Amino acid sequence: MNAPLRRVGVVVMILFGLLFANLNWIQAYKADEYRNSDYNGRVQVAEYERKRGNIEAGGRALATSKETTGELKYLRTYPDGAKYAHVLGYKPVNLAATGIERIENDFLAGTSDQLIGDRIKDMFTGDQTGGGNVLLTLSNKAQDAAYDGLRNNDLGVKRGAAVAIDPRTGALQALVSMPSFDPNPLVSHDSKKAQAAYNELEQDANGPLKNRALTETLPPGSTFKVVVAAAALENGITKDTEIPAGSSYTPPTSGTPIRNAAASICPEAQVTLMEAVTESCNTGFAKLGVRLGADAIKEKARQFGFEQDDLTVGQLGEDGLPVAASHTGTMQNADGGDDPAALAQSSIGQRDVRMTPLQGALIAASVANGGSQMRPYLVRQLLAPDRTTSYYTAKARELRQPISGQVASDLRDMMVSVVENGTGRNAQINGYTVGGKTGTAQSAPDRPDHGWFIGFALDKNGTPISAVCVELEQAGPGGSAEAARIAGRIMRAVIADPGSR
Amino acid sequence: MTAAATPAASPATTGEQPGVRLARSRRNAELSLLLLAMVLVAAYGATVEANMLDTVTPDFWVPAAALGAVFLGLHLVIRFLAPFADPALLPAVALLNGLGVGFLRRIDLGEALPPERETLAVFAGQGGRQLAWTLVSVILAAALLVIMRDHRSVSRYAYTLGLAGIVLVMIPAVLPGRFSEINGAKLWIKFGESFSIQPGEFAKLALLVFFAYYLVRKREVLSLASRRFLGIDFPRGRDLGPVVVVWLISLLVLIFEKDLGTSLLYFGMFVVTLYIATERVSWLLIGLVLFFGGAYLAYFLGSTVGGPFANFYLRAEIWLDPFADPHDKGYQLVQGLLALGTGGLFGAGPGGGQPGLLPEVRNDFIFAGIGEEIGLFGLSALLVVYLLIVERGLRAALAVRDSFGKLLAGGLAFTLGLQVFVIVGGISKLIPLTGQTTPFLSAGGSSLMANWLLIAVLLRVSDGARRPVTAGGGKAARPSAGPPEQLHGAPTEVIRP
Repeated sequence: MNAPLRRVGVVVMILFGLLFANLNWIQAYKADEYRNSDYNGRVQVAEYERKRGNIEAGGRALATSKETTGELKYLRTYPDGAKYAHVLGYKPVNLAATGIERIENDFLAGTSDQLIGDRIKDMFTGDQTGGGNVLLTLSNKAQDAAYDGLRNNDLGVKRGAAVAIDPRTGALQALVSMPSFDPNPLVSHDSKKAQAAYNELEQDANGPLKNRALTETLPPGSTFKVVVAAAALENGITKDTEIPAGSSYTPPTSGTPIRNAAASICPEAQVTLMEAVTESCNTGFAKLGVRLGADAIKEKARQFGFEQDDLTVGQLGEDGLPVAASHTGTMQNADGGDDPAALAQSSIGQRDVRMTPLQGALIAASVANGGSQMRPYLVRQLLAPDRTTSYYTAKARELRQPISGQVASDLRDMMVSVVENGTGRNAQINGYTVGGKTGTAQSAPDRPDHGWFIGFALDKNGTPISAVCVELEQAGPGGSAEAARIAGRIMRAVIADPGSR
Repeated sequence: MTAAATPAASPATTGEQPGVRLARSRRNAELSLLLLAMVLVAAYGATVEANMLDTVTPDFWVPAAALGAVFLGLHLVIRFLAPFADPALLPAVALLNGLGVGFLRRIDLGEALPPERETLAVFAGQGGRQLAWTLVSVILAAALLVIMRDHRSVSRYAYTLGLAGIVLVMIPAVLPGRFSEINGAKLWIKFGESFSIQPGEFAKLALLVFFAYYLVRKREVLSLASRRFLGIDFPRGRDLGPVVVVWLISLLVLIFEKDLGTSLLYFGMFVVTLYIATERVSWLLIGLVLFFGGAYLAYFLGSTVGGPFANFYLRAEIWLDPFADPHDKGYQLVQGLLALGTGGLFGAGPGGGQPGLLPEVRNDFIFAGIGEEIGLFGLSALLVVYLLIVERGLRAALAVRDSFGKLLAGGLAFTLGLQVFVIVGGISKLIPLTGQTTPFLSAGGSSLMANWLLIAVLLRVSDGARRPVTAGGGKAARPSAGPPEQLHGAPTEVIRP
């Protein structure tokens, strides 16, 4: 019986050898990953030893840390609850961080390379200097107006988004996604409570965790006519050129006729481009689109920022909140030629055209800013823990130039006409020039339409003050008018908050 | 394999020079190693206090001293009643047990409020309970050594023990859940809220005695009277029947109790004792094929049919990718891996880690919790101590003269090693995680008691193995030409192809 006993000894040696090898493998190849894993609470205990910096906007602390007596020394709190949730995100104990809390984590936590001086100082003084402070571009008043406007909308719509941008700089003035959520329970030090709060939000059918302003793409409806009008203006058409219209249009290859939203809209055979925009004439734009061709429209949309899938909003030129790509979809047949039916529907922002609210605001901003589209950003400044040194100050820069100054000027006139004489009257502001474009987009045959408004406000000198996009998902009748009203409110709030600009 | 080969050779060489090496009882070596182990345990306690309290309390040595006193008692019992027992076993186990008590006390310190930390009583908390259980267990082990003067005497109770083993295994399965279920596994007998025993730990010992006895009695029949099928010799059903029945019952009951780890342990224990008894590699192969085939089948059935196999499928899925669901299903394994990874090569130092973040850190995940604080080097040392105990047990099996002792010691030593492999491999993602205590470290009286009894048996067998012939008293003088196991093994050696 000794031979098998010896072999059993060998087997035990092999088993233990496997254990040794595996433990060594963990240390050699996996230890770093495990040590810095998001799920590793030890990282957090160390992280929570240091007071995390504030996130502020307009002199108001939106995210701050207060001392506790627990194992984790500082508790993150968001005094405004749900209002800024989609911008700030949250910094939970066990879950992954999101929003500005995620993208500026190193600076807020004080572990950023930029703050190495403070760390070295700490080493000698034995103090624990807190993390750096992040100052945002948001206007408190505009954010209030956007948040309250969406939440208390007259139609009882549950989902939607609003974005406001300073057209001259690209600085975001407001960003709200509805429904929002209170980030405070998510950062609870009781990880079970945090997980339960997260699960509840995660399972909510209205998707409160989703940032609709940046990542939800919906058919833009008539707001897309601004893009088509821009393509037309660059192809020999002026705002006073008569274009074919009519009460109904059936594209050559399709049996489905395109009609206008009401019988009173452009029943004439011919209307000017100006009138077509002002009244939101579907038949006119469908015919115009077919005449311009798919390439011209797709190219113009691309120049406005459609199809860009790597845009982020945070610091300029750095990591930020990801923005979903807006798409024009296909307007061609299988053989590569234009499909008039698809082209006609796409020209009025239906079919496979999809747009984020941010993209809508960028279009309005480009028009307001003389054709120059500024890169959107949220982080205005990074301030040292002691608030004396600034480590970063945003310098606005152009993202692209989708249209010439002349085309921008013509589009501006047409969009102003929409607010003064057409479908966007709700957005008017006394003493300011407001332009815009409404949109009503069919979602699905059995669901209410989405309501859109993209627009801008200029002061008496023609200086752009704000560009806004408001989207009300499945708002039904009156959706675009309500969106215009909310947009007007947001722009008024920006005007009332000159310090934020 | 020189470690195991050497002891087999030593009786032959020393047999010709009687009284030179063999007669040395090495009790003083045991005593000094034991003292070294206790110094290490005391130093561990001091380091924990230095790290957690920023000071070393004047009473830091008390737990180590209490342990040392009771181990010293066992040492004295060994000195008089098993003077030739292996001198490395007691100090090695004492070191593990002492570190286990120290670590559990360290967790208590972490959970206590800062003002209470410096005055935590010796017998307070889980660490104190473990200390008390250690005292009880060591006294029981000593008692076993006193009662069992010759390991062969237990073979008289083999059938009783086999029956007792089955009954012990079955009790929790038969009891209603509220008397037997903790964390989903029905393994306990609960007496009230705070006290529960895990009869399976003791059943392991009882069943092994039965296996060893039965296989020794039948080994020649099992080896010789076989039917050849597909080129492999299969024993006759009627010879193997009782063993298979015992194994099947325990296996079924264990599946019913939802404890994969223990059934794996029983299976390994069974296959290996069968292999040692019959010397047929075919049994190992059949066992391995059955095991891996069964595991794959259970995985496959779990993914398609679900039902009773779903649990196994889930465990396999967690093993393949614990980070797929790091907050719920994969939580334990993920946290264990993160603790090991954080520990790095040298660890955070005793008292410097965050064992509070680990689920089940007092039981299944104690090795990961300790690993965070003592690092890869510390864990390697712990594994070496385990390996030492197992190989010393196998060495006793090699050297002992009777077949029953060989099977008993070999089976027990292997089972201990397999248990360490199953739990340490489980928490380090080498194999799917199955609940299992880490011998001598995990909190729990049943596990501690059963494992100390196991060590007592190994001590007794090694005493029998190393005892010189002349000092054996009642034993028949063995031929000086060679080790007696050749006589026992002779028929098998002759007919082996």
